[in-house]
Amino acid sequence: MSDSKFKNPIVAWIDYRLPVFSFMEHELHEYPTPKNLNYWWNFGSLAGIILVIMIVTGIVLAMHYTAHTAFAFDSVERIMRDVNYGWLIRYVHMNGASAFFIVVFIHIFRGMYFGSYKSPREILWILGVVILLIMMATAFLGYVLPWGQMSFWGATVITNLFSAIPIVGDSIVTLLWGGFSVDNPTLNRFFSLHYLLPFVLVGIVVLHIVALHQHGSNNPIGIDTKSPQDTIPFHPYYTVKDLFGLGVFLILFFGFVFFAPNFLGHPDNYIEANPLVTPPHIVPEWYFLPFYAILRSFTADALIYLPISWLMSAKLAGVLAMFASIMVLFILPWLDHSPVKSARFRPLYKQFFWLLIIDCIILGICGAKPAEAPWTYIAQAATAYYFLHFIVIIPLLGFFEKTKPLPTSISEPVLKGGGGSSSAASTKPMEKA
Amino acid sequence: MASSADTAGEGSHGDGDGETRRDFLMLATGAFGAFGAAAAAWPLIDQMNPAADTLAVSTTEVNLEPIKPGQRVLVKWQGKPVFIVRRTKAQIEAAGKVDLANLPDPETDAKRALKPEWLIVVGVCTHLGCIPSGTKHGELKGEFGGWFCPCHGSHYDTSGRIRKGPAPKNLPVPAYEFLSDKLVKIG
Repeated sequence: MSDSKFKNPIVAWIDYRLPVFSFMEHELHEYPTPKNLNYWWNFGSLAGIILVIMIVTGIVLAMHYTAHTAFAFDSVERIMRDVNYGWLIRYVHMNGASAFFIVVFIHIFRGMYFGSYKSPREILWILGVVILLIMMATAFLGYVLPWGQMSFWGATVITNLFSAIPIVGDSIVTLLWGGFSVDNPTLNRFFSLHYLLPFVLVGIVVLHIVALHQHGSNNPIGIDTKSPQDTIPFHPYYTVKDLFGLGVFLILFFGFVFFAPNFLGHPDNYIEANPLVTPPHIVPEWYFLPFYAILRSFTADALIYLPISWLMSAKLAGVLAMFASIMVLFILPWLDHSPVKSARFRPLYKQFFWLLIIDCIILGICGAKPAEAPWTYIAQAATAYYFLHFIVIIPLLGFFEKTKPLPTSISEPVLKGGGGSSSAASTKPMEKA
Repeated sequence: MASSADTAGEGSHGDGDGETRRDFLMLATGAFGAFGAAAAAWPLIDQMNPAADTLAVSTTEVNLEPIKPGQRVLVKWQGKPVFIVRRTKAQIEAAGKVDLANLPDPETDAKRALKPEWLIVVGVCTHLGCIPSGTKHGELKGEFGGWFCPCHGSHYDTSGRIRKGPAPKNLPVPAYEFLSDKLVKIG
């Protein structure tokens, strides 16, 4: 105990028995991190912070919300008008969901661009996809709670997806509803699960971080850190960088919360749910639009449906395709067998990466448009390309792409590539090491 | 600034002795961060305080017309019971005659009733929050003809003052005003 690294005797005493301080010191302070991480690496910690914001505001909202079809809508309006700062807390929670998806989508595409899913980080990536799935479920369940028109009809449409399952589909839908339509039993269980899942999310995030810290962060060059001179301690270098990013994020986020809180929402959700009237044009929240476009792409006359039309109905094909669009991410580490991680050294992959981004944006736009020509055709083409990218292009690139030569270490490009005036001074200690 | 920050010279800020610019920045950042955290926490705490609709029903108006002399009624105000008594002459006299020196919580009856005829008190025992009996016909009124708390045996008199038992204070008098002779607003 006398050789404890902690000067404070109380901290040393506790740490000798419960090594929380050693753990924090090891994982948050000295944790060696590649020294070349750019701002795209901010989004992981940002997502974690948003999760905390969502849980805190959510617990507070639950103190005022009533999960009953007769009171839910009014209780939300009461939060907006009567509860002290209720309007602020609800708008933070509402826009927080959107912010969560923006940040996580960027985080995922960052991983794709720099090959962060490749060995030895496959499980890290898979846990991330699990997090995405649970996030989507949680967001959907939460959107139902205000019991507006979009809540009700969104819940009706999404639960009806399961009716596409042959034979048992209808029984499953009845089970999910707890009745014969979306009604009070449905709202009650959705509230229960919406409260539960974020804590499940926290557990998986912990596993995600354990897996991350096993081999450390990937980096923009995508080669392993080889010596201590390739890394810097997480604290203070990346805590400061993450905090700066958090500041920028919060400015943008509260810009939405204070000045355009309903920009990303749908006005119809301020009309109380009516089981007898469907709104003329129902759309999901923006973060589900690409998936919604994929779902709608499979119609009886669609070209992409023809190859599987002998096997299943177009309805089932759409549902399966929507789920498959995320499931395909689980096997991405094996679909992409190129030994080079970062797109910086993969000239072709880099171009296809940006094509995928454009494709996803097109799908999102199509998802927001009514299901009529020409949007249906554009959506079908974009859906086809989406799967083509993962199933065909990515594996082929692994065989045929001619990658650029990799630097020998993270430090090498810094030392050689015209670092400017400061490079001369900083090279010395590194050569020594 | 320069004199304190550059004691070590050549841009390296201090060697651990004395204040440095970095110390100042750390303190300023810490203070700013603490202020921001407190500002962010406040809405999350304040939301637990009574909401606007709860505050809006914080007053209760009572029509006194049907209450006969000697009758006691119970009304609900802010979720709590309030006793309204139209006292008889004898009750008023009895309440006025009490020697304040004998009271655990000395208060004159005149101070407790705006109009001697009407006694309005919050019907929550000041011991541990039970409702004393005595308002309804036939209930125990205690040794002093007022109220008796069945939970731990506190006796209140016809002015709602504690006379005997574990309760430390008199039954509190809520803020109220007579809007007219026969209409009172509590709260």
